[in-house]
Amino acid sequence: MLDHPREDDPVITAICRDLGNDRHRLLDILLAIQRKDRWISPQALTHVARLVGLTRIQVEGVASFYSFLSLEPKGRVTIRLCDDIIDRHAGFAAVLRVFEEELGIGLGQTSGDGAVSLDATPCIGLCDQAPAAMVNDVVLTRLTPERAREVARALKAGQRPEDLIHPDFDRLTPLERARAAVETGIRQAGAVLLGPVPAEAGLRRAMGMEPEQVIDTVIASGLRGCGGAGFTSGQKWRFAAVTPADRRFVICNADEGEPGTFKDRVLLTERADLVIEGMTIAARAIGAREGILYLRGEYVYLRDHLEAVLAARRNAGLLGHDILGQAGFDFDLRLQLGAGAYICGEEGALISSCEGLPGEPKTRPPFPVTRGYLGFPTVVNNVETFAHAARILDKGAGWFHAMGTHGSHGTKLFSISGDCTRPGVYELPYGLELRELLALAGAEDAAAVQVGGPSGTMVGRDSFHRRLTFDDLATGGAVIVFSGARNILEIVEYYLSFFVHESCGYCTPCRVGNVFLQKAIQKFRKGHADASDIAYLRDLSATIIETSRCGLGMTSPNPVLSTLANFPLVYGAVTRSTEDGMQASFDIQSAIDRARGIAKRRSHIYDRDFSA
Amino acid sequence: MSDAFAFTIDGVEVPARPGQTIMEAADAAGIYIPRLCDHEGLRHQGGCRVCTVKAGGRSVAACTQPAAPGLTVDSETLHIQAMRRDLVEMLFHEGNHLCPICEASGNCELQAMAYRLGMTEPTRFPWLEPCRPVDASHPDIALDTNRCISCGRCIRASQDVDGKGVFGYVGRGIHRRVAVNGPDLAHTDAAVTDFAMSDEVCPVGCILRKGVGFSVPIGERDFDHKLIGQDIEDRHK
Repeated sequence: MLDHPREDDPVITAICRDLGNDRHRLLDILLAIQRKDRWISPQALTHVARLVGLTRIQVEGVASFYSFLSLEPKGRVTIRLCDDIIDRHAGFAAVLRVFEEELGIGLGQTSGDGAVSLDATPCIGLCDQAPAAMVNDVVLTRLTPERAREVARALKAGQRPEDLIHPDFDRLTPLERARAAVETGIRQAGAVLLGPVPAEAGLRRAMGMEPEQVIDTVIASGLRGCGGAGFTSGQKWRFAAVTPADRRFVICNADEGEPGTFKDRVLLTERADLVIEGMTIAARAIGAREGILYLRGEYVYLRDHLEAVLAARRNAGLLGHDILGQAGFDFDLRLQLGAGAYICGEEGALISSCEGLPGEPKTRPPFPVTRGYLGFPTVVNNVETFAHAARILDKGAGWFHAMGTHGSHGTKLFSISGDCTRPGVYELPYGLELRELLALAGAEDAAAVQVGGPSGTMVGRDSFHRRLTFDDLATGGAVIVFSGARNILEIVEYYLSFFVHESCGYCTPCRVGNVFLQKAIQKFRKGHADASDIAYLRDLSATIIETSRCGLGMTSPNPVLSTLANFPLVYGAVTRSTEDGMQASFDIQSAIDRARGIAKRRSHIYDRDFSA
Repeated sequence: MSDAFAFTIDGVEVPARPGQTIMEAADAAGIYIPRLCDHEGLRHQGGCRVCTVKAGGRSVAACTQPAAPGLTVDSETLHIQAMRRDLVEMLFHEGNHLCPICEASGNCELQAMAYRLGMTEPTRFPWLEPCRPVDASHPDIALDTNRCISCGRCIRASQDVDGKGVFGYVGRGIHRRVAVNGPDLAHTDAAVTDFAMSDEVCPVGCILRKGVGFSVPIGERDFDHKLIGQDIEDRHK
C-alpha cells in the first residue's frame, strides 16, 4: 500500500528544489509527484504550494485541470485505453471487457491491492494502429482480446509495462524503444519531409543569411501553419522579431490532440532533428535564445528519444552557445510534457500550460507574438511547420512555393485512419482531390469522411471531388474514413462528448453549450427528436460558435453542422412527426424509470402486465 | 488628451482613450453593455461572454477587447440580444436558480439580466441540476455553489483587492467550479468584512452573509424598481 502522505516529504522538497521552486514549472513538479506517488495528495498540494509560493487552491486548480494528474490514489500501473471513435470501431469494447474481467475492476477504478488502475482517454495519436492503450509511460497498439488478456496477466504478475514492449527493452536505444512500441506508419514519403533529408543543410544556409532574409524566405515560400489554423508562418516570425524585448521564445507545439491526427508522432520519431533544426532557424530569425518543445502527455513514450536527440545536438554544437561556431548564436530548449488536455494545442493555452497554469487560452489581444510566454514575444508553431521551415531554408522558397496550389504551397502530411486498408501517414502536395487520397489509402467503401478531425468537416460521397487545400477542405492532417456501416449520429455524439471532456470551462458557451448540444444529439439517437430540434441544434451551434472565447468552442459544433448540411437524411430518418400534436420528446416510460427504481416495483398503470 | 479617439457603438459616437476596452469606454459614455463576470474595480475576465458585441463584424467580448479608432461596434441588435439571452439561459440551466426561494432575489444580477434581456418564457435547454453540499462552516458566511455562475468575481476580489486568495477555480470543463483555499470556508482566512464577501461582488445568491438575510424586504431591493445597467445609462443624462 501507499505510504501515508506527509506535508514535508523530502522527495517532494527535492523535486521542487530541482526545478528552482519555480511556480512556472508547476506542471513538471506535479507530473513528477504523480509519477512518484501515483497521485497528488492533499498534503502534497499544501507542501508544493508552500515551496513555490502559491496558495493551495492555485496548486489544486492546476492539479485538477489535467487528466493525467489525479487527486485520488491510482495504481502503480495505470492502463489508459484509447476510446476514440476509431478504437471503438476497432474493438475497444471487447478489449475493455477482457481487462475488466482479468483485473476485476471497471473503468475508472483501481484494484484493491493498489497495483493497477483502468481508465479511458481520448485519442492518443495511434488511430492507424487501433485499438491502442497507454500503460504508464509506454503504449500498446493493435490490441486484441487475446493480447489484452496476456497484458493483464503479465501486469498482475508484476511485470513492468516496458517488458510488454520488448524482452530487452532496457538494452534498446530510446529510438529503438519507440519503434518497438509503435510502427512508423509512413505509407507515402514526399519530397519535403519524409524522403531523404540532408542533416542541418537548412540551418547552415540560414546562418549565412541575415535574420530578416530568413524570414523573407519563409514568407516567400508561402508556408502556412500546419496545425490547422493556417496562419502565414513567416508573418508570425516577423511580428515576434520586430517587437522590442529582452527575451524571445520559440515554442514547438507537439500537442497534436485532434482526434485522428498522428502525423507529428511520425515526425517526432523519424525526423526529430529536422524539427529542432527548424526551431533553431526560427530562433535565429527572431533573435530567441530559449525554446520549449511542448510534448503532449500521450506521447510520453517519445520523451527519452527526444531528450537523447537534444543531448546529441548539444554535443554536436547544434544547440547551446555559439551554435556551429557562430559567436553569439545561442539557443537551447527544454521539453515540456503535457498531461492530458486537448485544449493545450491552442497556442495561448499551451503557453499557459508551459507557465505552470491550467491550460486555459489567454485573452487576445495581446497575441503571443507580442506578449507570449512569461510576457515575452513568442512564436508557437506546429511540429510539421518547423520541419518544413528547415527544408525551405535548404532548398529555397521557390522550390517549396512551386509545389501545391495557389494559397496552399508545398506538401502536407495527412494522417488517415478508420475504414481503409492502408491507414497511416501520407506526404502529398496540397491540392489533391479527396477521392485521390482515399484511393491511395484503400478507402473504396468510404461513405463519410471527417476531414480535419472533429473540429473540421464531415463530408459524404458527393464531396469527394473537393480538394485538400486551405481554401476548400482545410485540415491539420486528420482524415478519418467511415464506411456505410457506421452510424453517423453515434460519431457526432462521440465527437461532442470529446469536446465536453476537453472544454477548459473558462467561457459559458463552450462549457455549458456543448453539454446541451450533446444532450440534443442523444435525443435524436433515442428517436425523441422532432423537426423543431433541428432548428434548436442550429441555433445553439450558432451561439456557441459566435460567443466562445477560443477555437475550441468556435469549432466544436462543426460535427453537428457539417452532418446536418451533408447528411440531412440521417437526421430526417430519426425525427418523429408531431402531426398528432403530442410532445414527441416526452417518453413516459423513461420518465417513470427512476421512480420504478426508487419504489423498487413496476407501475400499475404503465406496466400493463404488472400486478402487485 | 491628444491621443483620444472615437469609435461607434450602434451608430453612436463614443470617445475613448488608448488602452480602454470597448466596455470601459461605453460605461463612461453612459452606454450599458450587459455583463456578468465583469465588475468595476476588478480585472477583466471575459468568461461569461454576455458582453459579446460585434466589432468590425467580429464577435468579441466588450470587457476585454480594446477600443480602436473608427471601430464600428454593434451591441443591441436582435441577433446579439438573442445570443446574450442564450448565454444567460445557459447559466440558469447550469445551476439551481430557484428565484422564489433565493435570498438574493431582487438583488441578483443573473435574475435582473434575465429580465433585462426578456427571458420571459420557458427555455429549450435541459436542466443540469447540480447537487453540491452547502458550505455553512464559517460563522459569518455561507456558500451555496449550486447557485454559482463561475463568474470568478470573488476569486479576483479576494486575490487582488483583499490580498488573500480565499477562492479559486478547480476542475475543467463542465466540472470547473469555484472552490475555497482549504477543506471548507471556516479553514480559510475569509472574513465577512472582505471585499470578496461584500454584496456587490457575488452577482447571485452563492456567497451569503449570515444574519442579514431578508433584512431588506422583497420589493425594496436593487432591481425591484430599476433595470440592471440603469445606473450606467443614467450617467449620460
